[in-house]
Amino acid sequence: MPESGPGARAPWARRTLLQREEARELLIPVLAVVLALLLGAVLVLIGGKSPVAAYSALLRGAFGGTGNMAETLINITPLIFTGLSVAFSFRCGLFNIGAEGQLIMGQVVSAWAGFALAGLPAVVHMPLALLAGVAAGAIWGAVPGYLKARLGVHEVINTIMMNYIALYLSHYLVIGPLKAPGPLPVTPTIAPAARLWRFLPPTRLHLGVILAVAAVWLVYCLLFRTTIGYEIRAVGQSQEAARYGGISVRRNIVLAMVISGGLAGAAGAVQVLGLQYKFLDIFSFTGYGFDGIAVALLGRNHPLGVLVAACLFGTLARGAILMQSIARIPKEIIGIVQATIVLVVAADEIIRRFIMPRRKAAAAGQASATGAEGGADHGA
Amino acid sequence: MEKGVCALIAHDRPPVVEMRGITVTFPGVVANDNVSIEVYPGEILALLGENGAGKTTLMNVLYGLYRPDQGEIRVGGKPVTISDPKDAIKLGIGMVHQHFMLIPPFSVAENIVLGTEPVGAGGVLDLGRAFRDVTDLSAKYGLTVDPAARVENISVGMQQRVEILKVLYRGAEVLILDEPTAVLTPQEVDELAAIMRNLASQGESIIFITHKLKEVMAISDRVAVLRRGKVVGTVPTRETTPEDLARMMVGRDVVLSIDKGPARAGDVVLRVEDIQVKSARGLPAVRGVSFEVRAGEIVGVAGIEGNGQSELVEALTGLRKVASGRITVVGREITNRPPREVIGKGVGHIPEDRQRRGLILSFSIAENLILERYHQPPFARGINLDFREVRAYARKVISEFDVRTPGENLRVGSLSGGNQQKVVVARELSLEPRLLIASQPTRGLDVGAIEFVHRRLVAQRDRGKAILLVSLELDEIMSLADRILVLYEGRIVGSMKAEEATEAEIGFLMAGGRQRQDTRAGGERDARVGSRREGAMGAAHPATT
Ligand SMILES: Nc1ncnc2c1ncn2[C@@H]1O[C@H](COP(=O)(O)OP(=O)(O)OP(=O)(O)O)[C@@H](O)[C@H]1O
Ligand SMILES: [Mg+2]
Repeated sequence: MPESGPGARAPWARRTLLQREEARELLIPVLAVVLALLLGAVLVLIGGKSPVAAYSALLRGAFGGTGNMAETLINITPLIFTGLSVAFSFRCGLFNIGAEGQLIMGQVVSAWAGFALAGLPAVVHMPLALLAGVAAGAIWGAVPGYLKARLGVHEVINTIMMNYIALYLSHYLVIGPLKAPGPLPVTPTIAPAARLWRFLPPTRLHLGVILAVAAVWLVYCLLFRTTIGYEIRAVGQSQEAARYGGISVRRNIVLAMVISGGLAGAAGAVQVLGLQYKFLDIFSFTGYGFDGIAVALLGRNHPLGVLVAACLFGTLARGAILMQSIARIPKEIIGIVQATIVLVVAADEIIRRFIMPRRKAAAAGQASATGAEGGADHGA
Repeated sequence: MEKGVCALIAHDRPPVVEMRGITVTFPGVVANDNVSIEVYPGEILALLGENGAGKTTLMNVLYGLYRPDQGEIRVGGKPVTISDPKDAIKLGIGMVHQHFMLIPPFSVAENIVLGTEPVGAGGVLDLGRAFRDVTDLSAKYGLTVDPAARVENISVGMQQRVEILKVLYRGAEVLILDEPTAVLTPQEVDELAAIMRNLASQGESIIFITHKLKEVMAISDRVAVLRRGKVVGTVPTRETTPEDLARMMVGRDVVLSIDKGPARAGDVVLRVEDIQVKSARGLPAVRGVSFEVRAGEIVGVAGIEGNGQSELVEALTGLRKVASGRITVVGREITNRPPREVIGKGVGHIPEDRQRRGLILSFSIAENLILERYHQPPFARGINLDFREVRAYARKVISEFDVRTPGENLRVGSLSGGNQQKVVVARELSLEPRLLIASQPTRGLDVGAIEFVHRRLVAQRDRGKAILLVSLELDEIMSLADRILVLYEGRIVGSMKAEEATEAEIGFLMAGGRQRQDTRAGGERDARVGSRREGAMGAAHPATT
């Protein structure tokens, strides 16, 4: 009953807009983006170039002409999947840092399904190869989920370790059993029947982008319109209350990690089946999995937020390349812009969850031992 | 208590705190509507009102947690702006929240000075001085505490004293206590009342919120009554009666006593056979308990907090494993079955801790009302949740149970404390469970709501349902239960028909006395009850912090 307690989320009636919870939910991400872009402009200025020229080059690079637009969308696609993946696990109170590894497994397995099952008709082969990638990611997510549910091992540790296992396993596979003839560490090319339809030739834009948008809608419905989502969100908000309501906490932790892993696996699958047509060992992480964390954070773990955030990050990344070649401005500036966005949003998250409740508590002369709990629910 | 004297003297002086025309609105609700109150030096002002009337909101304004849309606060006659608790403390205003915020492994003295620690040379905490300060302070106000005791080892009543000392240590002259007695045993309430009188006699002003009219009458000098955000009256306590106050609060006559017919007990619904349950720390909490609850009867479990009630209830509802023994519901075994299965057998449960267990605070009211049934029709078809059904159902329950809210989509966490409780009670009663296990079902409810819930419980009983009522409030048990069990240190030490029980006898048993025939003399009871263990109680429920 501590409605008055420092843990209570005060509505801050009649305070500045920033101090109202609901507004903050939307306002901070927007503010973060604006701030970051301004900072980028200042950096460009310091470098002796024109910020206007820089950003217009960026925009032209991202949106100038069908070709650029298509490439931008291609950039956005995996980010939507990995962003959804991380956001979904967050909703169950889990932090899936393993999207990267799940994505790698998705790539390898759908590449394998793509060349090994050659001969199947396209209506079967393409969905099958896609599902194989999703399943691989799901299994890669299930392992840390199971370890968490059964043994209480923290998922952050396990998902990070699973990332490395995926990375080295993929090295081994492409120089060993799955290697194509020739000097390169690469799998054979997948059968045409397994490829995702490129619907806007001559661009490389493929079915993956539509699948990604469909996934946003699907995850939204799953989270907010089904009993499965109800359970997962309940466990994420209060394990104690979920258990009381007859919801199995363990089962939902595993399930959330399976779905989260599957979404990351889908990111890998569409990259291989729509773009690369093979799995090429790049000897490092792709980065899409980690960017997914930023996308989920900026999107407040909401599927629609993830969509918007993925568009932003994908556009910036694509535009940066052109900005570098046209306006001769190092693309690292955009790296700084992205990092700033993440920092601001993360800082806000920390303030809301830990500092605000604590400040009230400390001012009250109350120990803040438990004060942070009330604010611990995010992104409702 | 010579309360009238204080009040008379107090009014010769100007008020310490005045709140003038305070208005606070939330989306869809005017929580405070042009509210004015004032507090005089050395006065105890009771703030009374229905659930959701705006009491907590008003005090949060005074303590700087909310900023009002309109209105003025004056302290010592001067207008002030209080924009956060730091300002409030500087102005000598302190607040004790209902759930304590102490650090269990720290000592009492450390907890009291935390945040404003005396530092010695080189910025090192001067523990010696902290101890002396605390000892002086507790002597000055007669608030006896052991500065060296660790908070996890002291009782809830003691923890509350520590909270009050904390506020006093920061120099508060106006103390706000929000429902301070809701978690206390009757003896602790008496002790708190004495402390409050003593503080007032030394010039402290106290504003306290309670739903218990008995406490208002016994402790306060003046009462301000709020209804739907407005002050409907301020009266000197001497000139009013509990009935008058209830009428002012609710706007109608309230039946303060329950009238119920005799129970017609039927078949056994719940049978508990010699169960042993361990506490979260692995210590034996329930040590061989056996009893039955029949259809059509209310069985009350009385006992001082921390004597195994929580563990017993958790074991019965599948939330905690039993180490040995058997539990059956209408003959079917539910021992160590998962909660879903227990619920499926027709067991409803009003948990004692609504915020941690009974509700998902960030979920809407509607979502909370289907917590045990979201997967069943009409709410679910396959895996699809039909939110139209869910909301329609929620609207029905909200109006039936008079939950004060602008709508069913509001976060439950935004409801007032009592209205949160109503949501839990409404959900469980609406399940029409064959067996209802109700822990503190009326904690935090106003008199009108208590009357309503009590009537519903009796109606449930009369429809042939079984009810196990666990309450720390002897009054509630005495007036509702048909049979009473007394729990002490994990064992049932007394079992009696309600009409044959006396408060004195139960109180005696609760304190660890043996059931005898000659214990009904009042004087003897007081002596024994006073000597109840101080130690184990606080430790048994650190979860409240
Ligand atoms: N953070 C909030 N957001 C929205 N509405 C709120 C919030 N806090 C309080 N309210 C609303 O303001 C009204 C007054 O609530 P308040 O907590 O002050 O009641 P109260 O008198 O303390 O009741 P109780 O006896 O149940 O504790 C209620 O209708 C409540 O729903
Ligand atoms: Mg309140």
